[in-house]
Amino acid sequence: MIGYHRPATLTDALAIRARHDVQVLAGGTDVYPAFATRRAWGDPAHKDVLDMSALSALRGISEHADHWRFGALTTWTDLIRADLPPLFDGYRMAAREVGGVQIQNRGTLAGNICTASPAGDGIPCLLTLDAEVELSSQRGVRLVPIPDFITGYRATAVEADEIVTALLVPKSAGQGRFLKLGARKYLVISIVMVAAVIEADKGAITAARLAVGSCSAVAQRLTALEAALQGKSLADAPDIVAVDHLAGLRPINDVRSTGAYRQDAALTLVRDVLAGFAGGAVRSVA
Amino acid sequence: MLDKPQATAPTIPLIVNGEARQVAADPFRPLSDTLREGLGLTGTKIGCEAGDCGACTVLMDGAQVCACLIATGQAAGARIETVEGPGPDGLTDRLRHAFLAHGAAQCGICTPGMLMAATDLLSRNATPSHQDVEDALGGVLCRCTGYTKIIEAVLMVASPVAARIMEDDTGHVGQRIARLDGLAKVDGSDRFGADIAPADALWMRVVRSPHARARFAFGDLEAVRAATPGLAAIFTHADVPGENSFGIFPHLKDQPVLAPGQVRYRGEAVVALVGTRDAVEGLADAALPIHWSIEPAVTGVDAGLAEGAPVLHAFAPDNVLARGNLKTGDVAAGHAAGAATASGIFTTAFVEHAYIEPEAGYAVRVGDRIEVTACTQAPYMDLEEVARVLGLPQEAVRIMPTACGGGFGGKLDVSVQPLLAVAAWLLKRPVRIIYSRIESMASSTKRHPARIVAKASADATGRLTAYELEGDFNTGAYASWGPTVANRVPVHGAGPYKVPNVWNRTRAVYTNETPAGAFRGFGVPQAAIANETLMDDLAGRLGLDRWAIRRINALDHGDATYSGHRLASSAGLPQCLDALKSDWDQMLGRVASHNESGARKRRGAGIACMWYGCGNTSMSNPSTMRITLAGDGKLTFWNGAVDIGQGSTTILAQMAAEALGLPVAAFTLVVGDTDLTADAGKTSASRQTYVSGNAARLAGEALRARILKLANAGADAKLTLSGQVLSISDGESVRTIDLASLRADADGVVLEGIATWDPPTTKLDADGQGIPYGTYGFAAQIAEVEVDVGLGTVKVLNIIAAHDVGRAINPTLVEGQIHGGIAQGLGLALMEEFIPGRTENLHDYLIPTTGDMPAIKTYLIEDPEETGPFGAKGVGEPALVATAPAILGAIRHACGARMTQMPVLPHRLWAALKGRA
Repeated sequence: MIGYHRPATLTDALAIRARHDVQVLAGGTDVYPAFATRRAWGDPAHKDVLDMSALSALRGISEHADHWRFGALTTWTDLIRADLPPLFDGYRMAAREVGGVQIQNRGTLAGNICTASPAGDGIPCLLTLDAEVELSSQRGVRLVPIPDFITGYRATAVEADEIVTALLVPKSAGQGRFLKLGARKYLVISIVMVAAVIEADKGAITAARLAVGSCSAVAQRLTALEAALQGKSLADAPDIVAVDHLAGLRPINDVRSTGAYRQDAALTLVRDVLAGFAGGAVRSVA
Repeated sequence: MLDKPQATAPTIPLIVNGEARQVAADPFRPLSDTLREGLGLTGTKIGCEAGDCGACTVLMDGAQVCACLIATGQAAGARIETVEGPGPDGLTDRLRHAFLAHGAAQCGICTPGMLMAATDLLSRNATPSHQDVEDALGGVLCRCTGYTKIIEAVLMVASPVAARIMEDDTGHVGQRIARLDGLAKVDGSDRFGADIAPADALWMRVVRSPHARARFAFGDLEAVRAATPGLAAIFTHADVPGENSFGIFPHLKDQPVLAPGQVRYRGEAVVALVGTRDAVEGLADAALPIHWSIEPAVTGVDAGLAEGAPVLHAFAPDNVLARGNLKTGDVAAGHAAGAATASGIFTTAFVEHAYIEPEAGYAVRVGDRIEVTACTQAPYMDLEEVARVLGLPQEAVRIMPTACGGGFGGKLDVSVQPLLAVAAWLLKRPVRIIYSRIESMASSTKRHPARIVAKASADATGRLTAYELEGDFNTGAYASWGPTVANRVPVHGAGPYKVPNVWNRTRAVYTNETPAGAFRGFGVPQAAIANETLMDDLAGRLGLDRWAIRRINALDHGDATYSGHRLASSAGLPQCLDALKSDWDQMLGRVASHNESGARKRRGAGIACMWYGCGNTSMSNPSTMRITLAGDGKLTFWNGAVDIGQGSTTILAQMAAEALGLPVAAFTLVVGDTDLTADAGKTSASRQTYVSGNAARLAGEALRARILKLANAGADAKLTLSGQVLSISDGESVRTIDLASLRADADGVVLEGIATWDPPTTKLDADGQGIPYGTYGFAAQIAEVEVDVGLGTVKVLNIIAAHDVGRAINPTLVEGQIHGGIAQGLGLALMEEFIPGRTENLHDYLIPTTGDMPAIKTYLIEDPEETGPFGAKGVGEPALVATAPAILGAIRHACGARMTQMPVLPHRLWAALKGRA
């Protein structure tokens, strides 16, 4: 039988994590499919499990002086239903496009980044939100910016004794948007996705942050484009996007699509996501 | 703190449907497993173990979740609602009733998940919109219904004014009665392959080849068995008591039950482990001494046909399994006589059936007999295969089909049956198996990938003068139904049209890929893609409307097909096209006005026709049905046709009831047990309505004739059955028969009607000339799509389908078949591509979800077939065939891209629009 720990306190959880080589389990939406695939081809081995689900203090969204805190067990559905400023509109749009409602009800924001799939729906959003990841261990707590947290294809900076306990997002003006392209409506792994946060003043862009997912091993910010958009009119923004702005992407051919298509579709979606802002007022938040 | 993992399963408290339960379970075991195996609540289905299908949807603390993604330990103390419960405020019960009334459950395997997802929605939102319902059910896959009637049912519960009860006194032909096997499907009590097994059954797990082509040798397996507690046996090919082979055709038993030293595809069965569940699941494949010698695999038909290609089977040295041919007239002269000629090369992918129920069942040895209980579409073929594999006479085998959670052709071949039979026979213990989703997808048959080279010509008025087709079909590693595809395609390949000069040639080619077998349409959907695209080409070149060129050429009453079969009776394609004409004109107008804006999202309209012969091609395929009356008044319909969700149990009873003259409600149904029911043939080839329907009608008539003779009553007499008294009213006079007074046989039967019917066909000659089928289903469908020309994405907005079904025995069920066929046709056109080793699960292999379906309108055309029961013909396969080509035509109309490679994934359409390959 696979060992199963379900601690009631974070202290206990960290102690288990420090002493045992365990698979951390939260919503299970990635852990179980991976196990099912291995078992189907005759590999029944599984690490012991550290089930986080009893740590109810890790679930929920809270507002602090200069940031928002998303507890590690916060689900996509929690995000959809929360009363949040427009900054999070894109993250919430992404939440609605994760799997189906069942997955949204169980999958956690932290689990999504720990899986660190190139197609992880939340990751481009968190890049545009300048989020930091709170990692806890018996050694203490450290904050790691998202770009440093995801170190490669399905690889993270989580140390063997650490647990992700929260995502922290600095307060900021601006509004988020998100677009996901897949070959069907629900339950679909993206071919390309684009997230953006735009701050604007009287129709002029004062800050832009954009990121593209599923087009490289790790989702990427489009910093050159962000710079080019600075000070430009929102209405003109889609036309400013140039092929070169996406030159850093490295999309691959796989069962879902081709690299050439992804590169071009990313360009289209970046323009589309910006056009979406132009279509509606960009609100600012204090 | 539970720091030290326990060695034995702890007791976990759950609150299930309001009741506090304690269950001993490994806390990491998925909740779905614990509900089923621990608490016996098998209403919760397992379709994928990965959150991809939603069949296991339950409510946890009031929210819909996939029980397969929840650790049982995580559910400790939680409130779990399953399909077996009434739901909050009785919501699940209300939904059940609506599902039944609206025909929202077909096979029923997704139904529990759908009901729970809908319960979740309605508990939060009492008045949802159509979009709300799509969103809420978007995480549950259904392969049968196309979701249309499911969404209708949920909306109906939300607005009780729209409630309609489909009940009637008689349930006779033409009435929309609720399916007779429906209650069990909506209350979670229906028993599918994984839902029943003797308590003392051992478990089986099959070790499968991870290689597409390899040889292997075993080391000391017995040492592994002896060292593994709970492992009863490791079976190999050497253990098979009879012939270690199976296959659809008597001369093509080319697939081994367990591979004898070489494998020909990834997923082939190598070894069967039998023992306790923990033992078979806990033993790693890598722990078995199997020494592989990997060889280069033959991938794709070109590789199979290449000079010097490795030979798959010695009896087919050129790797060609079968050839098909149909030739009439002179195609060269026909092309020369045309004012326009069009040609093209069309390719399609492996398509997975994606029934939501993976294969499962159990076998029990009863003395010198073996009984196999499993999901299947073909119990009598299973019986023959099992007898052969065990080396037993057929009388020694009993097949008891469970409810079948979708088939679509994929459960025509045996899967678990011979493996279970071998193990249970040798061990003298009941043995059960449940395939995982991945195992099901990797090992079971697929739709044949096709490469079709076709050419069509027409004269200046649009009349077809010639059609030519060469089709190569990748049949994978084993024969399965490859010959059927090779034979059906030539007969249908030029479409449902009058064509004087035709030459259609096909080959089924062996490769080291997943065996391709039967899948709704047997190659005809692939051929229709080529054929209908060329019809559009010709219309374009001749300046004809696309509807008009089809109407001009449509086969009509009295016309001869290109196999030389004069259509003496039902031939309703002209009526189908006429029914669509005003919709077509409106659609063209709507599309043109939308596109005036010049927006990136362009709309298009497409049209396609189809035909499909009902029953096996030029082969005897009889069905036998029996109706009995016992001395106690029990009226029993003994029906061997397997209902795979399409509704044969219901419509055969409707026909039997009408023929006999008693209401459907008077019957007790015995369905599909080879010890109890006669051979009704396979549930395939759109034959159960037509073939078994005739047998049911004739059995009803035979019993009626006996009754009328006993009562000396006229043909119009009315029957009434009340207890053991049968009343016969003939005009003014009423006679009664006390059934108990009649002489009974050993089973208590006093009167019976038995009938067998076999469709009238003749052999086809070498040029494919003859009468291949008794009748044909016809249809035309039009599709309206929206194409994002920037992204290459396609959204199907509307499909309007006109189907000539001869007579709709139960219109609700017929509509359900059409909706489901459209969903599968849409998948074939836009998203479905099985790649061995790469899309072996339901998140990499995509089938349509609620959000991918168009609005669907249907016209049921009833051009009666004189050889059909009450005029009826089959609709199961016809439902699917026209959809993909109609969508392709609409895509082309929207954006100019003539797509010839399926599926039209966004990158393929984008590449076509950019002019790149």
